[in-house]
Amino acid sequence: MSGYEWDFGKAFLHPDLWLTALTVTLGYAAATIFCGLIIGVIAGMLLLSRYWFVRVPVSGFVQVFRCTPLLIQIIWFYYALPVAIRITIPAWLAAGMGLTFYMGAFSAEIFRGGIMSIDKGQWQAAKAIGMLPWQVMQRVVLPQATRRMIPPFVNQSVLQLKNTSLLSIVAVPDLMYTAQVFVSETFRPLEVYTSLGVIYLIILYPLQKLAKRLERRDDV
Amino acid sequence: MTSEREAPMVAIERLCKNYGKFAAVKEVSLMVPRGEAHFIIGPSGCGKSTLLRCVNLLEEPTSGRMRVGEIAMEFDGKRLPMSTREQAQYRARVGMVFQQFHLFPHMTALENVMEGPRTVKRLPYAEARATAEALLRKVGLAEKAGAYPKHLSGGQAQRVAIARALAMSPEVVLFDEVTSALDPELVGEVLAVIRQLTEEGMTMIVVTHEMAFAREVANTVTFMDAGTVVEQGPTAAVLGNVTNPRLEQFLRRFRA
Repeated sequence: MSGYEWDFGKAFLHPDLWLTALTVTLGYAAATIFCGLIIGVIAGMLLLSRYWFVRVPVSGFVQVFRCTPLLIQIIWFYYALPVAIRITIPAWLAAGMGLTFYMGAFSAEIFRGGIMSIDKGQWQAAKAIGMLPWQVMQRVVLPQATRRMIPPFVNQSVLQLKNTSLLSIVAVPDLMYTAQVFVSETFRPLEVYTSLGVIYLIILYPLQKLAKRLERRDDV
Repeated sequence: MTSEREAPMVAIERLCKNYGKFAAVKEVSLMVPRGEAHFIIGPSGCGKSTLLRCVNLLEEPTSGRMRVGEIAMEFDGKRLPMSTREQAQYRARVGMVFQQFHLFPHMTALENVMEGPRTVKRLPYAEARATAEALLRKVGLAEKAGAYPKHLSGGQAQRVAIARALAMSPEVVLFDEVTSALDPELVGEVLAVIRQLTEEGMTMIVVTHEMAFAREVANTVTFMDAGTVVEQGPTAAVLGNVTNPRLEQFLRRFRA
């Protein structure tokens, strides 16, 4: 490779298209993280239910999405689900569903783990002054648990943003897909993919820093 | 209210607590008149803490009867005779102080003490704050009002926990080995607070290993072993002239 002449100019022939792709990536990341968090909080609470017939199906959902490759989930929601339930789902929505449930499954475990990590004595002390279970949750357990959940949530969000690159497989014009188009146009895969990596790095490094800082002040 | 023959504040009759086949508490009965301190002593694992937790319904008694103030309940081993809300209202009247303090770490000392009055009794902020400040003063921690639990010593944390229990104006306070987790030099400050409460006529049930303290402030004593009551009665009678071999053996360890 010593004779290779790098030409990064080729990677940036269409800055406007990079920008559009960036918007798509960030949009999918934000939307699937947000919806995934909502699913995660609900599923996480159901995992803590005292009734097995609530816990078991939710736990099944979580395990399926945690233990299958995200790529398969994306393909399945995009191609198989519309066939299976015989309705047409808009392509942009079908593409995001796998990512959303994937985030939801991991968030559910983070939420459940956060609640479980609170010492039983906290529950007892709060009950002993006459609090109702929902008051214990709201006043005592959640404020402490949320602090512990934030760092893993941020970490999961960082992974989620990188995982949006898998959307390119179903032709969503995100950063990865756009990069592939540029490669086929310029025959400069080294420059294009290197630049793409740097773009992800620039977005995610500050997020990762934030997660580290939040980790440090996790107990008051 | 204060008639000559007032009903006791706490009356426990033939209370049992089983875990599967294991009987942790077997047919324990005890009475605590208003304003008196009843001490429960006994070796580790004798069921004294379990009994105390039953009184606060943190454990569900298997059978027996219990009455605190005018709230009476009977257990048949199936369902608690009270709804979740009724249980909470009951616990609000029965204070409990734990061996491990269990202060809320995300709240200051003052907020810990205010939490019950604010959330459970729904008192206005100013009123709850005034009460909490007075209670912190009472336990000698007025200057620690703004401190978070992790900045308090064990003795200070336990005194805040006592103030938190008192903030609900309970009819009876349960102390569950509240000095067992403390460094020896910090035990005295917590016992001093409890002593002061007995002088003020607080009704209490105290589970402890502090024998000298029991002799000093207890009105009545129960000695438990293997889940059953072995000796029970006025402090002087139970701890004065010991004839029961199990109690004698138990007390010998504290004289050494």
